[in-house]
Amino acid sequence: MPVSSAGPTGTLDAQSGAGPAGASTAVLDPAERILADAICAAAADQRVLHLRGGDSKRGLGGTAHGEPLSTLGLRGIVDYDPAELVVTVRAGTPLADLQAELVAHGQMLPFEPPDWPGATVGGAVASGLAGPRRAFAGSVRDALLGARLLDGRGQVLRFGGRVMKNVAGFDLFRLQAGAWGRLGVLLEVSFRLLPRPQREETLRLPMAANEAIQRMNRLAATPLPLGGAAWCEGALHLRLCGSAAGVDAALPGIGGQTVEPAAAAAFWAGCAGMPPGHRPAADMRGPDQLEVPLWRLSVPSTTRSLGAEGEFAVDWCGGLRWLATDAPPSEVRSLAASLGGHAMAWRGNLAQPAMHPLDPVRLALHRRLFDVFDPHGVFDSGRFDAAAVQAASGAT
Amino acid sequence: MSQLAASQATSRILSALAAALPADALLTEPEQLAPYECDGLSMYRQPPLAVALPYTAEQVQAVLRICHAHHTPVIPRGAGTGLAGGVLPRADAVLLSLARLKRIVRIDPLARVAVVEPGVRNAAISEASAAHGLYYAPDPSSQIACSIGGNVAENSGGVHCLKYGLTVHNVLGIKGFLADGTPLSIGGEAPDDSGLDLLALMMGSEGLLVVVTEVTVRLLPRPRVAQVVMAAFATVEAAGDAVAGIIGEGIIPAGLEMMDALATRAVEDFVHAGYPLDAGAILLAESDGTAEEVADEIARIEAVCRRHGAVSLAVSQSEVERLKLWAGRKAAFPAVGRITPDYYCMDGTIPKKHLSAVLRRIAELSERHGLACANVFHAGDGNLHPLIFFDANQPGDVERAEAFGLDILRACVEAGGVITGEHGVGVEKLDAMCVQFAAPELATFHAVKAAFDPAGLLNPGKAVPTLHRCAEMGAMHMHGGKLLHPELPRF
Ligand SMILES: Cc1cc2nc3c(=O)[nH]c(=O)nc-3n(C[C@H](O)[C@H](O)[C@H](O)COP(=O)(O)OP(=O)(O)OC[C@H]3O[C@@H](n4cnc5c(N)ncnc54)[C@H](O)[C@@H]3O)c2cc1C
Repeated sequence: MPVSSAGPTGTLDAQSGAGPAGASTAVLDPAERILADAICAAAADQRVLHLRGGDSKRGLGGTAHGEPLSTLGLRGIVDYDPAELVVTVRAGTPLADLQAELVAHGQMLPFEPPDWPGATVGGAVASGLAGPRRAFAGSVRDALLGARLLDGRGQVLRFGGRVMKNVAGFDLFRLQAGAWGRLGVLLEVSFRLLPRPQREETLRLPMAANEAIQRMNRLAATPLPLGGAAWCEGALHLRLCGSAAGVDAALPGIGGQTVEPAAAAAFWAGCAGMPPGHRPAADMRGPDQLEVPLWRLSVPSTTRSLGAEGEFAVDWCGGLRWLATDAPPSEVRSLAASLGGHAMAWRGNLAQPAMHPLDPVRLALHRRLFDVFDPHGVFDSGRFDAAAVQAASGAT
Repeated sequence: MSQLAASQATSRILSALAAALPADALLTEPEQLAPYECDGLSMYRQPPLAVALPYTAEQVQAVLRICHAHHTPVIPRGAGTGLAGGVLPRADAVLLSLARLKRIVRIDPLARVAVVEPGVRNAAISEASAAHGLYYAPDPSSQIACSIGGNVAENSGGVHCLKYGLTVHNVLGIKGFLADGTPLSIGGEAPDDSGLDLLALMMGSEGLLVVVTEVTVRLLPRPRVAQVVMAAFATVEAAGDAVAGIIGEGIIPAGLEMMDALATRAVEDFVHAGYPLDAGAILLAESDGTAEEVADEIARIEAVCRRHGAVSLAVSQSEVERLKLWAGRKAAFPAVGRITPDYYCMDGTIPKKHLSAVLRRIAELSERHGLACANVFHAGDGNLHPLIFFDANQPGDVERAEAFGLDILRACVEAGGVITGEHGVGVEKLDAMCVQFAAPELATFHAVKAAFDPAGLLNPGKAVPTLHRCAEMGAMHMHGGKLLHPELPRF
């Protein structure tokens, strides 16, 4: 059943109708026009804007600079036909609203974004953060099919589309995932969806981290319906997702204790944005109050346990490590780099850039891409600039 | 440049290349260049200035540096199976073949990754990982021939990409060089690079941004069991409804393919796969996974097909039967090739709900242009492959086929779809790009190209049309000659 809930302005139908993708880029509804005007005005007086959805990720990835520009006026699902497995939604829509609509149709976003209070769809894309299913069902950009955005000239651009397969033009919509709003204001995004699994079971198997890392990787190399593999608090946690028949058949071979559904749901939801079992999600909003800095390391999945270095949780089938450590940032960065990965300062270390520094070649490409999308420097570049400064000063 | 100066410049660059490469790695004789005149889109042909066939990444870099210094365009080439003219040479360009970089650098069965050079054939990755029970999932029909470097450059798909994704979903990192020879490394085994997702931007960039010399791919466990359902329907509409029904059930089949009556008959005459000849459309739906998962899914798929009025149904009961049912679909292109002197394969994608409307439109266009058209369809993801019948020896036929093709792509865009689902733009769909994108987007593509390749030397002229070309085509979306949102200040 197609859903078309018009936003506050009720002008969505004109955009969602079939028509040349290019033709509709010229259409701006009033909420979008406000944003375009704000961008043009900021460009004219050389002011910096930072884009804000629900502000649920405040402080994450770095501190914001400039005047906030709210995307909350962009609200509503533009097009959703479950049989297409595709949804198109405006960027300021609360993530919770979108999730509720998808649940009602037995579907979900594959990347399991952290659902912090107030989070918007645009913020979920811009931050590029994904939950435990990411190791099995793909990342934010993997699920992205297209986007409409305003660039730093206040110009509407539409890339990608609303279909699964599309290789026309460079994939500039995927580039928006994890760009933290540096390239433009997302207006509308389209996602590829997945059916919700018929059955989910979580198993808990007590064991040490190194053993768990081996075990999860070995299991992932066999055709099991895995949808989560994390270790924390002395136990491997495995989530089996799929048809009832498939999950039932897989369970006996794995062993461990089944975790009761509500506890399992809370556990995996915690993983999505928070180190599992560590602190409640509400703490995200108070990064400055925490004593021990928290790091999120991305590493090859079979990397040994970094327990000695402060690792207290492992997610993404080994690819993601949470560290709580007082070690100097440069040491944590070097550790990550030496393992073939990178580190993001997650909390409590805002005195230094959150983003892992870029090598000079990629840094130069970043700068040129910023110029392409934002020649007047309207969008807050704090997160990227800090990383650039650090790169220049020689840290890796 | 005078003719003399030009030929001096040519001999300077050729001798620089000869000095940097082994003797057998530079081709300059006309008869050596002939095999490199075109790719799978053989309507367009042009020999290059020279073909460089380096063995190593260092030699690739040397070629790029020399060409850059001599301001000579470079066209990267994989196996040359592309269907959009992406490797069509130019008389003034060096064709840089990556075919000899074909080492499988390493396979890590525990981490489930393979690191390979770009000339490795797609199928060779799966063959090399088979011993570990693993495989590389994206499976373009050309997989025994096409290279992983070409797959990256085209973001290729395959019959199984509905469930397992396209190239972009299965590549973890690349190494390569920018046009001027600067080395670049993006992504790797650790998830999500820091900074912008440049890896995603490299996928499908058609050799315009980077020359890929190493690819890290994800390997998946080979499913234990696979079974296929073949269902025949009286009409394309009924088959389309069944597709929506299967997905509505919460099933993502490993493959979901459709063929119309003309394609079915061509195939059945050729391979005798057992398809019913009186059907309006046939559907192939594959399920893979553990025995329990497959048994359950196949039963549900069968039930949906019956509910939507399948006139006949067959389920493979053995691997031999499964391959036989697929043989028809896999042979669809050659089968069509037997009943028409030439065919022109289109590649639009549409929202599935508009399938019957678009197919009706294609039938009308077929009459209007006076050329027949068979339809093969990746039904699960809405990717259409209309095959236009023509005869290149008939004067005017090529032009009619191209005009018909462009009209089909227009119909796809009008239905909310796109002009190419997996074959890329190359030179073939430059005009169609003007239909899909407006001037600001095209200008952004050009600016991105310039960010990676300021001198414009890497595969120039492909994938993105000039604004001038689109203006000439009269397809710019200027809305009655007006500038886009003139109310906004311009900078
Ligand atoms: C019979 C047949 C069936 C096909 N079926 C499918 C299908 O099911 N799905 C599908 O997606 N495609 C299909 N194709 C199209 C084609 O096989 C794919 O596009 C394939 O990825 C091209 O790979 P290649 O190595 O032949 O690349 P080429 O044709 O040599 O090159 C393609 C593009 O990639 C660039 N390129 C190649 N190597 C590199 C490199 N190392 N670095 C940078 N750029 C590079 C080239 O410049 C060019 O733009 C089919 C083709 C044929 C002939």
